[in-house]
Amino acid sequence: MATGMLGEDGIHVDMNHLKKGEVNLGTSIMAINFRDGVILGADSRTTTGAYIANRVTDKLTQVHDTIWCCRSGSAADTQAVADIVHYHLGMYGITNDEPPTTQTAAAIFQELCYDNKDQLSAGMIIAGYDHRHGGQVYSIPLGGSLHKQPYAIGGSGSTYIYGYCDANWRENMTEAEGVNFVKGALKEAIKWDGSSGGVIRMVVLTARGVQRHLYLPDHNDYEGPGTK
Amino acid sequence: MNHFPQTWGRPRDDVYGAYDHSHFQTAGPQQHTQSPIVTGTSVVAAKFKDGVVIAADNLASYGSLARFTDVKRIRKFNDQVVVGFGGDVSDMQYLDRLLNSLDVRENYSTTETPLNAKNLHTYLSKVMYKRRSDFNPLWNHLLIAGLDGESKPFLASADLLGTTFAAPTLATGFGAHLAQPILRRTVPDEASVQNVSKDEAVRLVKECMKVLFYRDARSLDKYSIAVITKEGVELKQDEKLENQSWAFAEGIRGYGTQVN
Amino acid sequence: MTSIGTGYDLSNSVFSPDGRNFQVEYAVKAVENGGTAIGIRCKDGIVLALEKLITSKLLKPGANKRIATVDRNMGVVSSGLLPDGRHFVSRARDEAAEWRRLYKSPTPTSALANRMGSYVQMYTLYSSVRPFGVTAIVGGWDSEAELPVDGQVGSGPKVGSGGKKDGAKYGGPFLYMIEPSGLYWGYYGAATGKGRQIAKSELEKLSLSEGNLSLEEGVKEAARIIYVAHDDNKDKDFELEMTWVSSLDGPTKGRHEEVPKELREEAERLAKKALEGDDDDDDDEKMEE
Repeated sequence: MATGMLGEDGIHVDMNHLKKGEVNLGTSIMAINFRDGVILGADSRTTTGAYIANRVTDKLTQVHDTIWCCRSGSAADTQAVADIVHYHLGMYGITNDEPPTTQTAAAIFQELCYDNKDQLSAGMIIAGYDHRHGGQVYSIPLGGSLHKQPYAIGGSGSTYIYGYCDANWRENMTEAEGVNFVKGALKEAIKWDGSSGGVIRMVVLTARGVQRHLYLPDHNDYEGPGTK
Repeated sequence: MNHFPQTWGRPRDDVYGAYDHSHFQTAGPQQHTQSPIVTGTSVVAAKFKDGVVIAADNLASYGSLARFTDVKRIRKFNDQVVVGFGGDVSDMQYLDRLLNSLDVRENYSTTETPLNAKNLHTYLSKVMYKRRSDFNPLWNHLLIAGLDGESKPFLASADLLGTTFAAPTLATGFGAHLAQPILRRTVPDEASVQNVSKDEAVRLVKECMKVLFYRDARSLDKYSIAVITKEGVELKQDEKLENQSWAFAEGIRGYGTQVN
Repeated sequence: MTSIGTGYDLSNSVFSPDGRNFQVEYAVKAVENGGTAIGIRCKDGIVLALEKLITSKLLKPGANKRIATVDRNMGVVSSGLLPDGRHFVSRARDEAAEWRRLYKSPTPTSALANRMGSYVQMYTLYSSVRPFGVTAIVGGWDSEAELPVDGQVGSGPKVGSGGKKDGAKYGGPFLYMIEPSGLYWGYYGAATGKGRQIAKSELEKLSLSEGNLSLEEGVKEAARIIYVAHDDNKDKDFELEMTWVSSLDGPTKGRHEEVPKELREEAERLAKKALEGDDDDDDDEKMEE
């Protein structure tokens, strides 16, 4: 097992072979199911070794109207994968006269991550909302397997919050409770993981569409500003 | 940035040391040699006089992290064949889809007899051997359980190298060390299979799952178990280990001479 | 035939001055000589039926099936040139498998019909090929349940997904017919081959668009229509071949299968009885004259 190890510079990297000098999303990401749909959440830190290459990164990426993903691992790899899926889902919507489901997105993500597992370091969480299935959360860890989950956590910071999440997770939460759960979990991940930090970003996906949230560390410990 | 385009976009030598140009190499042999990431542990199975029992726990580990606790590793192929998967979960899912497409093709015609366990074992072992010969193995150890062409109990294994083996009892991974000796106490050889009832075989396999939970650090107390007989496949996927023995811990004090 | 001798019927890639592709029209003629094939979209499934003409007494009864399964939930029956029909089925299977490879779920019937329509149309464009000598009927059941990604493990929340719209129905029975030109429509009832005119008028009487006909009734109607459309005096002997696809809680559990022997024979018995009844009516009418 080569994942979740300490690099020579003492920085926690959650992948087995980051290329030298490669930009790393040593990350805390998660997605949850709640009463009306799904919530995705992420920190905003991107590092090269101990240097923070970007402190306001957006790791929540749209691949279709209400299908999004959280990216962890190599920034380049996960962006490339997300771009390809974005293309496929766009084509699917056009050629079949109906929007793709979260399953469609998860299937394509998985195919790319599995077939190219030798080249990629990409750990992704896919979350989406569609009228037929409601909100759904899928996790695709390093090897390219596909797991349907009530909620998913990922990235190097996630190892510090397995206990928090297991203890505080409840099914069928309200939106406010869901946002609090994600915020509470990411706060802990950012606190303990050196590779995670910055702001907390969230995306809420429901029948009403997409809503972004932002929580800043200097706003009373991630109190706001919230929705925009 | 400097005036040498060949160094652009690469880590600075003074910070990261000389650049390893092998990263840009496109020719040369293709390398696949991978290692499993998300993994399942043992699969345990035993023949009895009317069929086969097979079990595996519901855990998919991520290194030592017990990451996914709802992963079903026993898969029904049809009414007379079940496959148990140990090893990499992404490769298990690949094989699952492969078996799906095989099943679709097999059902184009309704007149042919369905594939039996022996057929499926032959097929899967050739898939495994082909992949290892391409230096791109499927990182799994499979048990194929069910009935053969004469409706007699069939149990055999195929591993990531394409090695095949058949025996009245089989176990993969940790189970090969811990469960197999227990299974062999009751089913030492092919002849003794006739003396084992379904209930006895189920009890025996459940006992093995318990021992594995005690001693395998990558195991879980939730498991799936299937019984294959002429009546079909009886698959239960949310079983919990029962009658565990822990209370004796009360009597254990210190590590030698201590009495309190 | 006005086309003969004009030269405009010799190539696929040449229009006639009044804008017709005669090769396609000749392909339709080939279909009109084939045994009758029909499809019925019932409220809870699809029935496909075929009048399989017996071309030789040396053929084994019940063998040489002509209605094909292309994916678990979908079947194809065609009329016209048999080898063209087999190639159509082969391509349909490839399309369904390719969809499954990419999206890891079963092909929706509409998507398969669309792909096959495009495929058949390609054979009307080039001088190096001839059009398909078949009209094919594609019938399938698109699952009403939530579909997992093939191979996925794990499950979502125990209480079910959040924000799901209650009461909305998805999936259901779908029926399409693809002609040699590549033209295809969705149908409540489709018929092609020799007896298509009679079959179509019989199908119209069933008021299929109201969605009241059950699958079991559909099987019996399908058998009857094939028998009615068959011309005893002119045609060779035939075998009735029937398949069906039901909902997940129906008799085939969402799979495309042959109609069980008992049910088929019962349907045939009723069909024959209905025909005899017609004869009686005819006699009555004669007596009234």
